[in-house]
Amino acid sequence: MTAKEAITPAPATKSELSLLTLLNHAFEWFGEIGVFLMRVIRAALTPPYEGRELIRQLDEIGAKSLPLVALAGGAIGVVLSLQTRDSLVRFGAKSYLPIVIVISIIKESGPIITALVMSGRIGAGIGAELGSMKVTEQIDAIEASAVNPHRFLVVTRILACMLMLPLLTLVADFCGILAGWLANTLIDKTPLQLFINKGFETIGFDDLLPSLFKALVFGFIIGLVGCFQGMRTSGGTEGVGRASTSAVVLSSLFVILADVVLVRLILMLYP
Amino acid sequence: MIMERQNNKDDAAIRTQDLRKAFGEQVVLNGVSLTVPRGQTLIVLGRSGTGKSVLLKLLIGLQKPDSGTIEINGAEITKSPLNELNEMRKKLGFLFQNAALYDSLTVEENVAFPLRRHTKMKGGELQDRVRELLSRVGMEEAMKKMPADISGGMKKRVGLARALALDPEIMLLDEPNAGLDPITATEIDELIRELQQERSITSVVVTHDMRSVDTVADRVAMLNNGSIVIEGTPAELHQSDDPFVMKFMQEKREEK
Repeated sequence: MTAKEAITPAPATKSELSLLTLLNHAFEWFGEIGVFLMRVIRAALTPPYEGRELIRQLDEIGAKSLPLVALAGGAIGVVLSLQTRDSLVRFGAKSYLPIVIVISIIKESGPIITALVMSGRIGAGIGAELGSMKVTEQIDAIEASAVNPHRFLVVTRILACMLMLPLLTLVADFCGILAGWLANTLIDKTPLQLFINKGFETIGFDDLLPSLFKALVFGFIIGLVGCFQGMRTSGGTEGVGRASTSAVVLSSLFVILADVVLVRLILMLYP
Repeated sequence: MIMERQNNKDDAAIRTQDLRKAFGEQVVLNGVSLTVPRGQTLIVLGRSGTGKSVLLKLLIGLQKPDSGTIEINGAEITKSPLNELNEMRKKLGFLFQNAALYDSLTVEENVAFPLRRHTKMKGGELQDRVRELLSRVGMEEAMKKMPADISGGMKKRVGLARALALDPEIMLLDEPNAGLDPITATEIDELIRELQQERSITSVVVTHDMRSVDTVADRVAMLNNGSIVIEGTPAELHQSDDPFVMKFMQEKREEK
């Protein structure tokens, strides 16, 4: 092999090229969302504030998601109760069932299920709404009216997601614990008060706060990714579909990744 | 001589100099220089995809030109910071091609949108102003409706009312009668003419509809391949012997 041959890189194979393109796109995406976030923060910190639109979004994102979140929370409570009961009976530790259900729902299942259900409902909704506003020039019209579209559309939606996710998580926790008791009491009659007393024996307010903080971060991720994907839509109705799908996929993915980091962080701070 | 030139300059509400804009390889505007005297209406004609809408978006600062200058009321805007640009935008009304009404707001809220943000109007005063604007375009009845529940022509009227909300000095109208039946299109043209006469607004109307030339234009410019082929009065346009102008006029006459 000559020296020249040694320093000349071998031609990239097709898979290497596609991996490079993918990496390139990923870096571009993170760069763009960083710039977008800076604009949003600047818009959020300077008046005027869009109170009316924020209230509309709180209703749209919070109140209207209530039945869905309650149902998802309840379903998780039932599943947890049935599965855990089976395992605990095998080890002769049936009496721990309320504690296991309450800890599991409050610390992990409640926030993550709420966030995943919401990234489906809200991520898709925000992505599609802002995407169609972009392709029908409504965002240009906002700008032409001398109004900052980031302040009017993005700040309000992200704030609404951040405020509503912790509250919806509380609803999911409540429904999950209640449904967990219901599923348990149908098999092995237990008074609700006893179930609650046992369940909350080893858990306190300190355990709830980190979980609500997690929900706040999940809300931020869902709002930010949904708005970003919507605002960068191009290519007509097909683009709106892409924006909506990518908003759901990316926000769900980042919620799960953020959960990994946050659980580690919370365990470090609250050992 | 210098005095005369100064006066002429002050009379121009809009002046563009050698505007160039390209999207990738595609050159959309290739050295467009236009002057619109205050209180007059310029119609920009041209085939679809010749950069007419891009020209309007450059004038309101929604896009930046690659080179060239734009003066609105004597102030250069291409390098203006956003806050200065927004001050300028408050004096401009923009009617988008498909009206671009906000889907999530009612007709009333759409027209109130700029008023809520740039005036101190509230409650009854705001509602009276919105009603006045909507009745001027014949849409008072539809105040509580959502944009999805009204027709294309009605959307254009509401869009016009929203563009007029802040009493603009300049109106930019992007295909105000595109996609409308001939009767509604003529009604919209007449409405634009009446509003211009009432308020002596300077307007730039982008269209490929020759009917608008006779109804609303003081001056006409025709764009082809990103450049101005002819600029003059409607009479000068009709008398032009430029092959492109003649072909365009011939085809439009046949369409009619």
